[in-house]
Amino acid sequence: MPKPWFVPAIHALANPARFLKIARPLTPLLFWLGIALAAFGCWAGLTQTPPDYLQGDAVRIIYIHVPTAWLGMAGWSGIAISSIAYLVWRHPLARVAAQAIAMPGALFAGLCLVTGSIWGRPTWGTWWQWDGRLTSMLLLFFVYLAYMALVRADDDRGGDGRIPAIFGIAGSVLLPIIRYSVVWWNTLHQGQSIGLTSSTIAMSIMWPLFFTLAGFTLFFAAIVLIRMRALIAGAKAEARLRRKATV
Amino acid sequence: MKAKHQRLTLALLALAAVIGAALLALSALKDQASFFYAPSDVERDGLPLGKAVRLGGMVEAGSIKHLPDGISIRFVVTDGQASVPVSFSGIVPDLFREKSGVVAEGHFQPDGSFVATNLLAKHDEKYMPPQVAGAMHETKSLEQ
Repeated sequence: MPKPWFVPAIHALANPARFLKIARPLTPLLFWLGIALAAFGCWAGLTQTPPDYLQGDAVRIIYIHVPTAWLGMAGWSGIAISSIAYLVWRHPLARVAAQAIAMPGALFAGLCLVTGSIWGRPTWGTWWQWDGRLTSMLLLFFVYLAYMALVRADDDRGGDGRIPAIFGIAGSVLLPIIRYSVVWWNTLHQGQSIGLTSSTIAMSIMWPLFFTLAGFTLFFAAIVLIRMRALIAGAKAEARLRRKATV
Repeated sequence: MKAKHQRLTLALLALAAVIGAALLALSALKDQASFFYAPSDVERDGLPLGKAVRLGGMVEAGSIKHLPDGISIRFVVTDGQASVPVSFSGIVPDLFREKSGVVAEGHFQPDGSFVATNLLAKHDEKYMPPQVAGAMHETKSLEQ
């Protein structure tokens, strides 16, 4: 069976030393570029776009809410993919990646719930309702917290990370539920506005969203790299201590 | 190499099973997990009497009537196939207006009308500036 083109690239990155060599200069680049794009998007969204015909200025929260929702879900997709990679190839970097994504993923899922609630009060007339979209997103937030606790418990017990990886795959059950909850159920949350090919948001309102989406995504990637490097450094330090203790 | 391929197949099968389970659960829960009854649901399945429910749909154009007491209103919720008359007294949300989405919390009366204790405005997925909307929508707020 011939290997697909991306396999050599993944193998090259899977070498921790080479990964660190690339990650070190990449981290500040992603971080500052992400901050700059997100800041420009927020400024443009607050000053350069018209208000919505019904919601007025409350519409401007989409420039934060949509990126946080996307990253909350993309984060779990990353955990699921890394978990599969770890279970199949047993590569320690995949385990480190999954663990590194959990904290920023939980943070953005939580921000998504908070910004949605702030938007819901003036628009719907309620802070919170148990509708399909809101409930499934809250579940994803709890699943993130459970995953972090499970990783911690597995580490403390000296586990090999297989149980958190299985949890990482099982947790992806929520992703299609969140995505299709507004399609298949009656929900208070509106249907999908932004698709791959079309959108029901007027371009004059939407364009800063592209900047905040790209900006927060790069920022998220930078946080993941920082945490991966910290986890690798921590593992190295621990190994050195253990070597010293046995000498 | 063999074991690795076996694990890859197992992991992908597990992922497919998990996603499949989610999709099955979604379609199986279609009726139970809905946030509100639509007027045509009520027409098809009968009135859910004696319990607190939510009714959702569009506020029919020209149907909002203010009663003389100043805080009570009557309006008609429709989903294009069926419609239900609703009465409510209290403060309506800012986005409550005709030809716009609404979710009413309350209960049905035996005559098929609905008494709401709380109103939520349901926003649709369209976002546009007022100039564009002015040409396309003739929305009238309650205050006007």
